[in-house]
Amino acid sequence: MTTELVRLATTGSVDDGKSTLIGRLLYDSKQIFQDQMDAVEDASRRRGTDYVDLALLTDGLRAEREQGITIDVAYRYFATPKRKFILADTPGHIQYTRNMVTGSSTANIALILVDARNGVVEQTKRHSFLASLLGVPHLVLCVNKMDLVDWSQDRYNEVVEEFREFATKLDIHDLRFVPVSALLGDNIVNYSEKMEWYRGPTVIQLLEEIHVASDFNMIDVRFPVQYVIRPHRNGFHDYRGYAGTVAGGLMKPGDEVMVLPSGFTTRIASIDTFDGPLESAAPPMSVVLTLEDDLDISRGDMICRPRNQPEATQDVDAMICWMAEGPGMQAGSKYEIKHTTRWGRAMVNDLQYRLDVNTLHREEGPTQLALNEIGRVRMRTTTPFFVDDYRRNRQTGSFILIDESSHTTVAAGMITGKAT
Amino acid sequence: MTVSHSNHVKALEAESIHIIREAVAESERPVLLFSGGKDSALVLRLAVKAFYPARLPFPVMHVDTGHNFPEVLEFRDRTITELDAELIVASVQDSIDAGRVTEETGPYASRNRLQIEPLLAAIQQNKFDAVFGGARRDEEKARAKERVFSFRDGFGQWDPKNQRPELWSLYNGRHRQGEHVRVFPISNWTELDVWQYIRDEEVELPTIYFSHLRKVFERDGMLMADSAYIERMDGEEVFEAEVRFRTVGDMSCTAAVESPASTLDEIIAEVAISRITERGASRADDRTADAAMEDRKRQGYF
Ligand SMILES: Nc1nc2c(ncn2[C@@H]2O[C@H](COP(=O)(O)OP(=O)(O)O)[C@@H](O)[C@H]2O)c(=O)[nH]1
Repeated sequence: MTTELVRLATTGSVDDGKSTLIGRLLYDSKQIFQDQMDAVEDASRRRGTDYVDLALLTDGLRAEREQGITIDVAYRYFATPKRKFILADTPGHIQYTRNMVTGSSTANIALILVDARNGVVEQTKRHSFLASLLGVPHLVLCVNKMDLVDWSQDRYNEVVEEFREFATKLDIHDLRFVPVSALLGDNIVNYSEKMEWYRGPTVIQLLEEIHVASDFNMIDVRFPVQYVIRPHRNGFHDYRGYAGTVAGGLMKPGDEVMVLPSGFTTRIASIDTFDGPLESAAPPMSVVLTLEDDLDISRGDMICRPRNQPEATQDVDAMICWMAEGPGMQAGSKYEIKHTTRWGRAMVNDLQYRLDVNTLHREEGPTQLALNEIGRVRMRTTTPFFVDDYRRNRQTGSFILIDESSHTTVAAGMITGKAT
Repeated sequence: MTVSHSNHVKALEAESIHIIREAVAESERPVLLFSGGKDSALVLRLAVKAFYPARLPFPVMHVDTGHNFPEVLEFRDRTITELDAELIVASVQDSIDAGRVTEETGPYASRNRLQIEPLLAAIQQNKFDAVFGGARRDEEKARAKERVFSFRDGFGQWDPKNQRPELWSLYNGRHRQGEHVRVFPISNWTELDVWQYIRDEEVELPTIYFSHLRKVFERDGMLMADSAYIERMDGEEVFEAEVRFRTVGDMSCTAAVESPASTLDEIIAEVAISRITERGASRADDRTADAAMEDRKRQGYF
């Protein structure tokens, strides 16, 4: 049996039916256990709803249950015979941007819901923009509540057209549409009898079919050194291995490699694992490299190919999503920065613009970026970082900023070329 | 040894190894919590893999309730000896004897909650700042929202409302002195993934996971092992049944399920069609309240 791991992010504006859709996916793919179902039936009864509210299955913590809302990213799991899914369930309202950015950062597929009656609303645009900004390679728009528009093909086509027109402004490479009723289960797992005019795949079929194997960068060799392994035990006294997770490209023993920042070149002697040496390694494998020459290499260094190097720079141009309460990001502010396995300090030189996530309008020269705001900045770092454009590599194109006194993560950054 | 996993399990393994290395690289004093259960046995195996050919670069800690299954203690000691690892035992009995916690009484008495005190005390005494646990997000609703690197304040408390954003595979383990992070390398594994991996990797487990004959009695629809650690009520008759355990906890609060499954393949077949979660099926402690886990976690529980 070989099954693929696929990461999903779901969003929709409040009441579009996201929780119902997820409950349905879990229920119809038989991931709901009897005791969970009993608890949901109980809770539905206590709340006085006359049907079993599948949305309750995905409600999380107590305080949130009491307020009747979901306010954090929660992860769910379900599987089909071909694939195993990790679903980041991100709420559509409070702190939506922060949560959606978090949930989308690792997603292969974004599932976005709209209510067929309302069509594309402001929040749909915002969610789609964020998915595109975070480089989610595939986007599926579920036009939900088709039962409430008489299963109308015309209405569906209108919504699809509306969305397509908006999506031309975004960087979305693979866009799919499905008409569904999450509540009744039409086109989720099973085909809808009410919508015979739709011949495309159901939601679950799409999730199974979308090609995700090429979502990783298999071209540019990037190996951020995570940990140096020196066994100090019999049989391994001279062993020096560089542990890490392949962030790009295909590596083989014998390949010539360059180590940054030193710039020394050598060859890969072996690719080791507990289960024995490998003939090659590619993302997202975690391995240990040994090299032919004894070089001084430590955590935070980057191994690449001499003729294909990331940019080594102390000037980082990036899109930033600010994720903390309190004072926002301002020119002159300093933070700790973590990029791959490398840390340094960064100072904001220039806040170039703030982006209105609803209209995509750029507001030039803002004084700060506050919670849930997105903008374009230039920073100067204390040490060079080895970066790629986020569009080319999500691993070597991303970083986080950490507050120097509270140590909390305050921002996510995506590296872009220089501003035009 | 060549092992052939399905791709998704390889991807999960790679992610877990990445997390473990990251936590060790960024902390001063890491430690791995080991209950002897399948999830901690898995984390231990992944940790061994992460640093091979070097030895495990941190100690292993067991929070000993004093109400363990003897099979589990035997397994713990053997595993630690084989790995030549360092074992630290934090004892609930010591905390009781010293008057730091009070033993519950009555038929529903359990030492589950009492583990929090010795756990936090041991973390503090040893100055551990990265504590590996085997929790999975599919286990329980409160866990579903917890970060992989989960920050704990100076009192060991978790604040679900104030969690650090966690993006890509960029984990933030920064903390001040006296604070620590709990690290959950198998957050994204499901029960089925764990079992398949354990089978494919031939990871050893305590014998109580496999079908055996045991003296049990029925309580609230669950089969509890008869032992000196649990007080039976009127009408709770002891009988012998063919059972196994789906999780490992205290003898006083871990229930058995009737099962003839005596091999990993048979267990996997059972898990794949099971309609009851492992906690719902076998943890008396989680049944008392829907929010039981969340409450315990806030106070510093695993
Ligand atoms: N008629 C109809 N109602 C739906 C459908 N999907 C969801 N709903 C209802 O819409 C309301 C909001 O759904 P919910 O899943 O909680 O929305 P969320 O806020 O996006 O998670 C609930 O009353 C659902 O029962 C649908 O396909 N058809």
